Amino acid sequence: MNVGDVKILSVKGRVDANTSHALQDVVLGSAHQTPKLLLDLSQVDYMSSAGLRVMLLLHREINENKGRVMLVGLQDRIRDAMEMTGFLKHFAVVPDVQTGIEMMQ
Amino acid sequence: MQRIDTYPTHEYKGYALRPGKPHPFGATRIPGGINFSIASIHATACVLVLFEKGAKQPFVEIPFYDEFRIGNVYAMTVFDLNYENIEYGFRFDGPHDPNSGHQFNPYQILSDPYAKQIGGRDVWGEPYDEQDSYQHRARLHIDDFDWEGDRQLNIPLEDLIIYEMHVRGFTQHPSSKVKSSGTFAGLVEKIPYLKDLGVNCIELMPIFEFDEFDNTLTNPATGERLMNYWGYSTIGFFAPKSGYAATSMFGMQSDELKNLVKECHHNGIEVWLDVVFNHTAEGNENGRTISFRGIDNKTYYLLTPDGHYYNFSGTGNTLNCNHPIVRGMVLECLRYWVSEYHIDGFRFDLASILGRDQDGAPLPNPPLLEMLAHDPILADSKLIAEAWDAGGLYQVGSFPAYGRWAEWNGRYRDEIRQFVKGDSGHVGKLASRIQGSPDIYGGREPRSSINFITAHDGFTLHDLVSYNSKHNYANGEDGRDGANDNYSWNCGWEGETDDSNINALRQRQMKNFLTILMVSQGVPMMLMGDEVGFTKYGNNNTYCHDNELNWFDWRLLRKHKEMYRFTRNLIKFRKKHQVLRGRAFFQHQDHVGSGYPDISFHGTKLWQPDWSEHSYSLAFLLCGRHAREGFEPDDYIYVIMNAYWETLTFDLPPLPDNMTWRVVVNTMMPSPDDSFSAGREPTLKDQSLIMAGDRSTIVLVGR
Repeated sequence: MNVGDVKILSVKGRVDANTSHALQDVVLGSAHQTPKLLLDLSQVDYMSSAGLRVMLLLHREINENKGRVMLVGLQDRIRDAMEMTGFLKHFAVVPDVQTGIEMMQ
Repeated sequence: MQRIDTYPTHEYKGYALRPGKPHPFGATRIPGGINFSIASIHATACVLVLFEKGAKQPFVEIPFYDEFRIGNVYAMTVFDLNYENIEYGFRFDGPHDPNSGHQFNPYQILSDPYAKQIGGRDVWGEPYDEQDSYQHRARLHIDDFDWEGDRQLNIPLEDLIIYEMHVRGFTQHPSSKVKSSGTFAGLVEKIPYLKDLGVNCIELMPIFEFDEFDNTLTNPATGERLMNYWGYSTIGFFAPKSGYAATSMFGMQSDELKNLVKECHHNGIEVWLDVVFNHTAEGNENGRTISFRGIDNKTYYLLTPDGHYYNFSGTGNTLNCNHPIVRGMVLECLRYWVSEYHIDGFRFDLASILGRDQDGAPLPNPPLLEMLAHDPILADSKLIAEAWDAGGLYQVGSFPAYGRWAEWNGRYRDEIRQFVKGDSGHVGKLASRIQGSPDIYGGREPRSSINFITAHDGFTLHDLVSYNSKHNYANGEDGRDGANDNYSWNCGWEGETDDSNINALRQRQMKNFLTILMVSQGVPMMLMGDEVGFTKYGNNNTYCHDNELNWFDWRLLRKHKEMYRFTRNLIKFRKKHQVLRGRAFFQHQDHVGSGYPDISFHGTKLWQPDWSEHSYSLAFLLCGRHAREGFEPDDYIYVIMNAYWETLTFDLPPLPDNMTWRVVVNTMMPSPDDSFSAGREPTLKDQSLIMAGDRSTIVLVGR
């Protein structure tokens, strides 16, 4: 879904070594098309080490293109894991899509 | 371009395989698959056992084909495995003949000595299935990490102030108020505290995977099962302790530990590991078989001619450190922690074992120690030996150093303790210890000496001045465990007391110890909690307690804010004055033309130190012009150490023109006049003499 020049991607389910490749293809593909990306993770209940690495790759890719990425609706457990491993500080995190869109524009 | 060797050549029960690469050992992700490699000299066959994470039964067992064996190494690539969701182990076949040292058992599933993560005890203290035939499960991990330019800090050894600590113990107490108590992440939350205290190196008690349930004793007072809380009992040398990570359920313990190192470095704090290569968690012939014993018992352990375990470690077995295979493992292990985790230094538990040959005899030139000293990857890493073992070797001063190794100076600990408690005949030893122990480390450097009063083994600083003897009943061995030679003095009452005189004396003695430690040449190490008078109630061997005996109580920060303030001021003082952190031993002469020798000793009268048996005090003057061979001039420092039970009046040495003596520390004075922060030291009214109270220490700075 696109709102203005912001692309919104919704992810659902588990992100682990099995699913992270597919996710990586989609999000990195989007990162090439649009520099402003909102990743809605409110329906992701598990994200493994491999999943977090997709996020970090995305962050790097978007930075290369002088764009911005924000994470929406991180569940507490995932947010904590990202914080404790230093991943979180690479990202802007917003509570909901609307806030994200406003901040992006 | 795609590699041409990324296709399978063999198949077993539907699994695609090809001959593996023998190096590196362990399990390694490669394009399309995972490479498994493991060595055993005496095995006859090997089977790879693969589990889904947490499953009781393996989903497949794949034998290594003959063509997958190179020399004594079994190496195989298995394609299309989910590296995040598998656990792997091995079965080894071979002779079972304990009298000749062989203990092969093809039914036993064995963990990989090179496993980078180990599952089975993912969350500290969580009950586990005792029936599970594979308890400590080798796993893969993702080894990339965004270090953002971080590297080893490379702070000169002589400029360090080491803080020995336990990861869980630091933040497990509810008063720590951290989000993830008892973990690497919890420690990160407390970095501001460490920074405020001023230490610039943390030495973590063992963080390699161990089993906290590895203890069969119970606390006779409470009936509680005792634990292996300290962790000096390694299961896997390459795997961080899962139970120390808040994120182990995501398989991110490596990332969490790396983040800790990165954040410490960002705050100017080195991270050292206490590494235990002298033995493993497998114990003697009655112990559990987890890995090494079943893979190649005769290679990994020192055995008697009839196949029994030598016990130089005091824990049942002894790692065969100078067998080429074990040497290789130790070297690879340390290289791994330096390159993957950016670890700054290592303290080797019972390091003398690393210098024993395959029959257990001490080697004059131990190849392992030499290898570590000259290894290119370890070139900037600090190497610290606990230079003794439980088999009778005591090598303080004679540990083979190769110009690289420093040592825990056990004599510093024992002799400073004796001087401060008021034993006779210790003034001469004190003089050597505060100089960096040239009598022990002559021909080397002051920084060869890691000076310490207290460490995890033995009393805390508070208990050193509160107990005459150990009180280890709660350890479940009728009080037999733990050291008996503590050189402690309770100041008049055994244990806690309301007597204000005794408590004041104890405060003073603690301050005397810390002061002497921080003005000694060499490298000071302090124990977590000593800055706030942490007590273990006289227990001097708390390895088995997962409770308040080991958990830093953050409320003490308020109760003992005096001690904290005092310690903090002292650390700042040491960091500010390079004359305390010399790189060469004193020459006892004036070699820069200042009119003063680099160091001089004095008694109550100048130039008249009393070295006699019944002397209990000593003073010394450091000439600031001599600091760092005269290249980095500093202030003058005068230290008076009075362990006598009466007040003594000391003459003060005259300073060069326009300089005055100012008070940095006077442990006789109540807080806040016991110590002053840099730049705020009050000038002494009388510049010619000073009264040193009974059992007190005075530090003056002249500028």
